[in-house]
Amino acid sequence: MNHDDNAPVVALTRAARHFGPVKALDGVSLSVAPGDCLGLVGHNGAGKSTLVNLINGTFGPSAGEVTFPGGAEGVRSVFQELSLCPNLTVAENLRIAHPNLKGFGWRRAARAEIRESLDRVFPGHGIDPDAEVDSLSIAQRQMVEIAIGFAPRGGRARLVILDEPTSSLDAGIAEQLLSHVTGFCAAGGAVIFISHMLGEVFAVASRIVVLKDGRVVADRPADDFTRSGLVDAMGHVATEAVAQQAARSEPGAVVIHTPNGLEARQGEVVGLSGLAGHGQAAELARLYFSQTSDWRAGRAAQAVFVAGDRPRDGVLPLWSILRNISISVLPRDAKRGLVDRAAESRLAQEWKARIGIRTDDLDNPILSLSGGNQQKVLFARALASDAAVVVMDDPMRGVDVGTKQDVYAMIRAEAAKGRTFLWYSTETEEVCQCDRVFVFRNGAISAELTGAEITEERILEASFEMQEAS
Amino acid sequence: MSGFAKPWLWAWIAAGAAFAATLGLTAGRGAGELAYAAMSFGAFAAIVGMGQMLVITLGPGNVDLSIPACMTLAGTLALKVMGSDPGTAWLGLAVALATGLGVGLANFALIWLLRLPPIIATLAASLIYQSLAIWSNRGLRIKPPEGLADFATGRMLGVPNVAWVALLLALATWVMLERSVWGRWLLASGQNLRAARLAGVPVQAVRAATYVAVAVFAALAGYLLASFSGGAALNMGAEYLLMSIAVVVIGGSSIAGGNSNVPGVLGAALFMFLVVSMLNSYGAGAGVKSVLTGAIIIAIVIAASARRSRP
Repeated sequence: MNHDDNAPVVALTRAARHFGPVKALDGVSLSVAPGDCLGLVGHNGAGKSTLVNLINGTFGPSAGEVTFPGGAEGVRSVFQELSLCPNLTVAENLRIAHPNLKGFGWRRAARAEIRESLDRVFPGHGIDPDAEVDSLSIAQRQMVEIAIGFAPRGGRARLVILDEPTSSLDAGIAEQLLSHVTGFCAAGGAVIFISHMLGEVFAVASRIVVLKDGRVVADRPADDFTRSGLVDAMGHVATEAVAQQAARSEPGAVVIHTPNGLEARQGEVVGLSGLAGHGQAAELARLYFSQTSDWRAGRAAQAVFVAGDRPRDGVLPLWSILRNISISVLPRDAKRGLVDRAAESRLAQEWKARIGIRTDDLDNPILSLSGGNQQKVLFARALASDAAVVVMDDPMRGVDVGTKQDVYAMIRAEAAKGRTFLWYSTETEEVCQCDRVFVFRNGAISAELTGAEITEERILEASFEMQEAS
Repeated sequence: MSGFAKPWLWAWIAAGAAFAATLGLTAGRGAGELAYAAMSFGAFAAIVGMGQMLVITLGPGNVDLSIPACMTLAGTLALKVMGSDPGTAWLGLAVALATGLGVGLANFALIWLLRLPPIIATLAASLIYQSLAIWSNRGLRIKPPEGLADFATGRMLGVPNVAWVALLLALATWVMLERSVWGRWLLASGQNLRAARLAGVPVQAVRAATYVAVAVFAALAGYLLASFSGGAALNMGAEYLLMSIAVVVIGGSSIAGGNSNVPGVLGAALFMFLVVSMLNSYGAGAGVKSVLTGAIIIAIVIAASARRSRP
């Protein structure tokens, strides 16, 4: 633990960053030494991503300074919003991060380097370096991005910033990453690990820094924190028990039945689980498309969709927050085909307050929000409608603990009113909140669990059964 | 979004500059005539340009290249039905609009059923529409009914009637885009088709309606142009292919979709006429004129995209 004689890799001195009147970061002092694994936690919009952007040089500080005593080489970032080029192969994407790779045969070198890095971080990953990125699942893309972060790239990774690295990874893969991070730090590397999964933060971090409203409110060794103490420091009262306590309504009639065997009743919260990329997302998309039409939209939609892959499936990037919230309910509130703008603005204000979207002005562009807040907008869009079925495709990616608890409670309350939720999640903790869980393996349902059967062990067992048998 | 929130302003400034440059040569004489001519000829460009704008708003790859053929076909069929007989103007209009409807549905059928890229589908289909026009016309030059010709070349309150038509259409288009649910659906589809579909937008209906709208706009322009110029001609739509796209881009709409701009199209339509008359009055030859017109369009598109890409 004693690295005091080592020069820090990066040091921030009263660094601040303002965006117009918004103080995204308000005077943060922090240093990361070789061998440190710094866990960085805080609510959506607390300034975590801004801090990362200051360190990787996306923009400079408005005040204070950011210094790299040993030079800025070897400082890498793995972003929350996946930043690979989808039309290039895995190896070609490495080349983009490694400009010194040139001349004849660079492809061979790139293939070898990325394969080696993937093998080291995620043994048994099964990713082909020649695969085009858009043919990979979102979990595989995240793995590639992490592997590029840790690859030598003509030097050595000295500080790797991981921003929500496990948000689309299933438990087994996340475990591989955590053990790699531990090994990397033991060998003298430094890591800044940003996550809303507090369990993971405790598993890897040697030190935890809590950000709140752009300031550091706690900076202590990880052993000095307890889980609830950490949640308190972030400034949100822990309400974990609430979701479970909420009365579970008696399920009603079957409203959904797919050829695959997926079944959901009125007022039920149905979970889809299993390892990432085993057909859950495809099943949900099929289901949503079958419930809605390419050609007609009635005044009230039968089903709504909450996207997890925001840039691909959710956000309308040119629009304001307001328009992004209201798009699904326009026909309901319209008068003679014209948008009722007063009703639209009332609805958006109501949801801004209910779900806590951090913005001064709903007319700001949606892309001015942090990732977690964009996700809240997508929740508001779906929950504001009257649709009987809500389809959610891993919707909690990048959402902070406090908001998660609020949304769990909201889902419970809406289910009690008779709405049906279909919820795919890579987090077992979330799946365990459901009334009924379908576990997927290789595109088919391998188990249906209800009530007390829904445990982490049973889910894992059903996810892996085939592999064990063979 | 503010700061350069009014991209349409640039089209109007450019039109004003071309207007001033032309008048500079004549020391201000003929200003009224020049403005009147710009409004007359600009009206046709504005009508087809607004249609093209709706299609381009649908997002990358969406464009209608059958506009010239659709104009020719609608003008030819309408004049043939009317046969210069008085009192048939409304019948002719109905035929023209029905032609537009048919063309639009045919275009979208090719795009949707055969999954052809719109650029190929509309270009290939336009050969068929053009052949239909040739076949039905057979070299005849039928004059429009007198009342209709008078309307098309006439004026009201000093403004050409065709400009009034374009203005009314612009108003309707603006309300549709900015205030109606359909407009929101169109803009959402143009930003991200998949996200729009997942948000409950009936995207295929939106696309179909848009391809029908552009064809109906083109048909209306063809009907008015044939009446304005004393009969349909087989090449009457030719210059409107580039024109329709140029006025959209110069008008400040995003070529990447999801963003459109009605006032900008009007300004750009005036500009496109004024720039040609400016070059005319400076005595440029036909070749030089084409080169300069092309260069000016390219310059404006570059300036417009540089403006937009600024953070």
